[in-house]
Amino acid sequence: MAHHRLTLQQYLILAFVSVSVPLGDASLSRGMRSLPPISIAHPLTLIGAVFTPWIGLGIALLIGYFASYLTALSWADLTFVMPATALGNVFVELLAHFWLLERISWMRWAGAILITIGVGFVASGPANTTVVDGSSPGGNEGGKEVSTVGLPVRKENV
Amino acid sequence: MLATHFLFDPEFWKATSMVATIVITSSTGEVLTAAAMKSIGDLDAIRAQSGILGAIRVVVTSPLFVGGIVFMALAFFSLLFALNHMNLSLVGPAAASLTLVTNTTAAKLFLKEKVDRRRWASAALVCVGVYLLAH
Repeated sequence: MAHHRLTLQQYLILAFVSVSVPLGDASLSRGMRSLPPISIAHPLTLIGAVFTPWIGLGIALLIGYFASYLTALSWADLTFVMPATALGNVFVELLAHFWLLERISWMRWAGAILITIGVGFVASGPANTTVVDGSSPGGNEGGKEVSTVGLPVRKENV
Repeated sequence: MLATHFLFDPEFWKATSMVATIVITSSTGEVLTAAAMKSIGDLDAIRAQSGILGAIRVVVTSPLFVGGIVFMALAFFSLLFALNHMNLSLVGPAAASLTLVTNTTAAKLFLKEKVDRRRWASAALVCVGVYLLAH
């Protein structure tokens, strides 16, 4: 299994993927908790929530996350990129404790730490395991063929 | 002795249903999106050659990507609904971590990624972490 080294820019993209999700989720939580309880019988109320400031900020952060996430997926495995998101769990606990003033038990802290260790296992491995032919450090190159078994294999020469 | 009284608690099943909905829709969306990006290739290389608009055009015209977006939108509104009823510090890590496990399985089955023992060990640690987070 070949190892693919990531560039500094690619590490920065993964770092933004990690940080933007907890910040976005915290903004969404703050916005949603300032609203009255929403019943499943009135799902359209959720659409109106999108236009409140905290929900808007959360959405902006999650759009930034999504752009970075797509870029990362173009040169790394899903099973490599996904753990980068999970790394934000400890950050979520810190935000929930210090910003949203939620009470966090020691077991939940331990859970967040275990998840982080699991993420570390994945992060220490190769970034891309599906490349068929040669590729640039960190992942794919335009014009190469990749394996997406079960889905049409396609060559890109943009 | 393992306490099972929580199995008879309606709140437990309500919370489980909310998290499960987020996980299933999110995982489906992410696997479809990953398949789209794998078939497209390195976005940085495409952007260098065709510019940012060319890169955006290649992505948004992919049917797999569109399918992924639909499921991710469903996951997003499921998350909003759950956050209206539960704490972020429970919903966020539980949904994100369980999605990691389902994504690992789906990536091996559908994307044919090489999921070695290290990645499975990671999934096991995440499961224990989620158990602790839920208590």
